[in-house]
Amino acid sequence: MTPGGRLVARAVTGVAMLWMAVGFYSAEAGPPDPATIVVKDFMFQPMAVTVTAGSTVRWTNRDDEPHTVVSDTGIFRSGAMDTNETYSFKFDEPGTYHFTCSIHPRMVGTIVVTASP
Amino acid sequence: MSDARSLLSRRKALKCMAYGGAGTLFVLSGGVFAPVDLATADGYRKGSARAGTPLFVQISDTHIGFNKEANPDVSGTLAQTIDLVNGMADPPALIIHTGDITHLSKPAEFDLAQQLLGRLRVPEMHTVPGEHDTADPTVTEYFSRFGQASGNRGYYSFDHAGVHFIALINVLQFKPGGLGTLGADQLAWVEADLKGRSASTPIVVFAHMPLWTIYAPWGWGTGDADQLMAELRRFGSVTVLNGHIHQIVQKVEGNITFHTARATSYPQPVAGEGPGPGPLKVPADQLAKMLGVTGVSIVGHPRSLALTDTTIV
Repeated sequence: MTPGGRLVARAVTGVAMLWMAVGFYSAEAGPPDPATIVVKDFMFQPMAVTVTAGSTVRWTNRDDEPHTVVSDTGIFRSGAMDTNETYSFKFDEPGTYHFTCSIHPRMVGTIVVTASP
Repeated sequence: MSDARSLLSRRKALKCMAYGGAGTLFVLSGGVFAPVDLATADGYRKGSARAGTPLFVQISDTHIGFNKEANPDVSGTLAQTIDLVNGMADPPALIIHTGDITHLSKPAEFDLAQQLLGRLRVPEMHTVPGEHDTADPTVTEYFSRFGQASGNRGYYSFDHAGVHFIALINVLQFKPGGLGTLGADQLAWVEADLKGRSASTPIVVFAHMPLWTIYAPWGWGTGDADQLMAELRRFGSVTVLNGHIHQIVQKVEGNITFHTARATSYPQPVAGEGPGPGPLKVPADQLAKMLGVTGVSIVGHPRSLALTDTTIV
């Protein structure tokens, strides 16, 4: 390898190690289990959550109006959640899961499940 | 009907609607809505022949199980509504409930709703579900009680007094992020159901969500309703009755009249006023004036349908 090439290789390795370190740190300090989505003002807040496989996500309704959580592919379906009621689902498989409120289908959200570290 | 009554533009008719208050009678004749003075509306309450033959009363959005500030006693306001209907001088032959019978699709809520509605002296009730009736995890509670008429599909039709009634469901098939829809199967069924019917048959279509787009950001509409209207356009008198928005909004398009009903439970804000279509709190003494039913009568020759909105107080 040329001296220039060696320098590039070291830089790339350095960046990769930094990246892994950051990634490792994020996995440790990631969203609490269960990750919480607040349903408020006719919105899922946040609209997108990323968790690792095996994590539980919990939805809590803070509106005066009931809401539901319905997976677009039928994998999970809450009943009607009245004010302050909750619904939880444990995501074992990595993937991207879109969901809607069946009472107010304009409301949408996404759970991204990454592989366990 | 009076000859002196002028045909108003839709804008003027809607302005009159805003002042309608306790009771407003609009008569559909030749496809145009025109207001009739409230004395005639009162005649409807007292059963005057000028007001036509009562056909049915539409009740909507009873939300049994709701218990928040906007109305802590939805069973009480439903009971008041039933007293109103039972007290009509010329009772209607049918009741149509355009959905959101319950608030959370709970079995106890359905049981109580059926118990309360059983006090109606009108013997025949036809229902369609609202999205609050299909919110249980297995979506079986509504159908186990009311699904027989439609073989659990949610849509069906029947005839009464020469009027053809079509019940539709638009709360099960929704586009995520978008509006509810009727779906291809239901639309194909409507086409087959209407095939060969005379264009002079008055048609009443009822479904929970509005079958025209009133306000898409709040889900007040049905995504594929245009296809339905294409099937209905050839008929001389079509009345489309919906609920869902807990207030009266209406429009006329050719021979098709669209009309949403008040709720018997609680009002909702006008489109766009607030974060979403939730319960609207009003002073206690105003609540009953914002709740009510819609009465439909057969009037005139040739036959057309007249709608009367009455509040429970």
